Amino acid sequence: MLTLTCPYCGTHADETELAPGGEAHLKRFGPGSSDEDFEDYLFRRANPKGVHFERWRHAYGCGKWFLAARCTTTLEVYGTYPAQTTEPPEHILETIAAKRPGWSWEADT
Amino acid sequence: MKKRYSVFAIAKEAARHHLGWERAWAAPSPKPKYDAIIVGAGGHGLATAYYLGKNHGLRNVAILEKGWLGGGNTGRNTTIIRSNYLQDPSAAIYEKSRSLYETLSQDLNYNIMFSPRGVIMLAQTQAEIRGYQRTAHANALQGVKTEWIEPRRVKELCPIINLDGPRYPVLGGLYQARGGTARHDAVAWGYARACSDMGMDIIQQCEVTGVSTEAGKVTGVTTTKGDIACDKLGIVVAGHSSALADMAGFRLPIESVALQALVSEPIKPAMDVVIMANTVHGYMSQSDKGEMVIGGGTDGFNNYTQRGSFHHIEETVRALVETFPMISRLKMLRQWGGIVDMTGDRSPIISKTPVGGIFVNCGWGTGGFKAIPGSGWAMAELMAKGEPGPLAAEFTVDRFKVGKFIDESVAAGVAH
Ligand SMILES: Cc1cc2nc3c(=O)[nH]c(=O)nc-3n(C[C@H](O)[C@H](O)[C@H](O)COP(=O)(O)OP(=O)(O)OC[C@H]3O[C@@H](n4cnc5c(N)ncnc54)[C@H](O)[C@@H]3O)c2cc1C
Ligand SMILES: [Zn+2]
Repeated sequence: MLTLTCPYCGTHADETELAPGGEAHLKRFGPGSSDEDFEDYLFRRANPKGVHFERWRHAYGCGKWFLAARCTTTLEVYGTYPAQTTEPPEHILETIAAKRPGWSWEADT
Repeated sequence: MKKRYSVFAIAKEAARHHLGWERAWAAPSPKPKYDAIIVGAGGHGLATAYYLGKNHGLRNVAILEKGWLGGGNTGRNTTIIRSNYLQDPSAAIYEKSRSLYETLSQDLNYNIMFSPRGVIMLAQTQAEIRGYQRTAHANALQGVKTEWIEPRRVKELCPIINLDGPRYPVLGGLYQARGGTARHDAVAWGYARACSDMGMDIIQQCEVTGVSTEAGKVTGVTTTKGDIACDKLGIVVAGHSSALADMAGFRLPIESVALQALVSEPIKPAMDVVIMANTVHGYMSQSDKGEMVIGGGTDGFNNYTQRGSFHHIEETVRALVETFPMISRLKMLRQWGGIVDMTGDRSPIISKTPVGGIFVNCGWGTGGFKAIPGSGWAMAELMAKGEPGPLAAEFTVDRFKVGKFIDESVAAGVAH
């Protein structure tokens, strides 16, 4: 079972305590944007085989949204961090780079 | 030409200790170039190749498979076949598929064990009663034979069911008498044998690792068995569609998640219909070997490991024990997962792509086994003509841009 640490309350929470929220760091497009951007925002997903940044909510705990970096092929968790950011923090990127030489963060465009 | 399978062939082989059976398909090395390459030897890829040859005369075709044929979701599913969907484009392709299943054994000369034993989708909430009655009306207009049945009739069709569960009472059901099951491996094997017989190359242990293009058109693929050129490329890899699209330089509205199933120890015949309980994400039928085949719900996070979370299995079984009290003492023998390709509207994609000559067939998610013959039929037409025929026309990837969804996500968001 997947276990994530809530960055707000520090609890090591089981998956049953959490609600998944899909890909993180999506750039939001709304009224006035092009059809392509709006479609990308709503439906297109990176869905990588490998490092994935995603949103989770500590549903049966503090109730807050946080973000996690996880590998979709090994289920290894690289770390979790608060949601008030548009990019993964430096220490998370370093952890991933140390484990996966050659990997680098690309902002989703 | 392969020897035909028949009762006479069995008798003849029995008389000579079964020493004369041939391999069902060849194991060739790749040629330098094909007219068309299909990536993925699951049911959908093999059926696409089969109908390319049979309906469109295109036989210089290779099917590339990174593992073994039928080893993906096709060999991992709970084999429910039905066509009682809500939207018209879905009804058209799923009913085409179901009707092809009826005669597929004869068509392929391979016993795929299609068993139209009937499928009941239980209504266990008031919302489901309204939803399934609406579907029954839609099906009547679409010419798909289904009916709304009362609890008493559910009990007649499935005597082991408990109608009065305190949490999940059975309030009725949507019944499709011509739905049922088939043998999953046999569907892949039957198509593979027929493709091989037409001179197509099925190349296993051959992973596609790159897609080459020139001036916006496909020229070939890079694989673990070398570079292979092609004029047309069909990507039919279910949960791995995003990875292949990435190689070709575009992105799909797909997310890959694990879906699990499990089977019990074999018991004597106890139920001869398929029961789906969508409110609790549980599905059950009995295999010919006597095992209770149970399907569960999907995990909520992206995953490529073919393993799912235990609590989903636990939730499914906990709910099904109330509906089928007799399974409470059964031992479960095996549990496994498959990586399913989910779209936002829970309908598939059979479409051209931004790259010339590349076509994609994916997004069947939790419910594409039933669609194998119809999907192959529609995909072959798209690949042969370069434009979709009537079956595939609505399933383009553009529908997400123009908002023309084919919404099949109903109450539970899962449909096997
Ligand atoms: C547990 C479970 C239960 C299900 N129950 C039902 C059900 O009851 N009824 C129903 O209708 N559907 C059901 N489904 C869904 C159904 O199994 C799928 O929709 C269907 O089998 C998809 O077939 P496919 O040929 O597209 O994919 P697959 O059978 O997965 O084939 C894709 C193939 O592509 C290969 N591949 C991937 N990447 C590459 C690469 N780079 N190079 C070469 N080859 C590659 C894979 O190895 C795989 O063999 C279920 C699925 C699961 C997992
Ligand atoms: Zn918390």
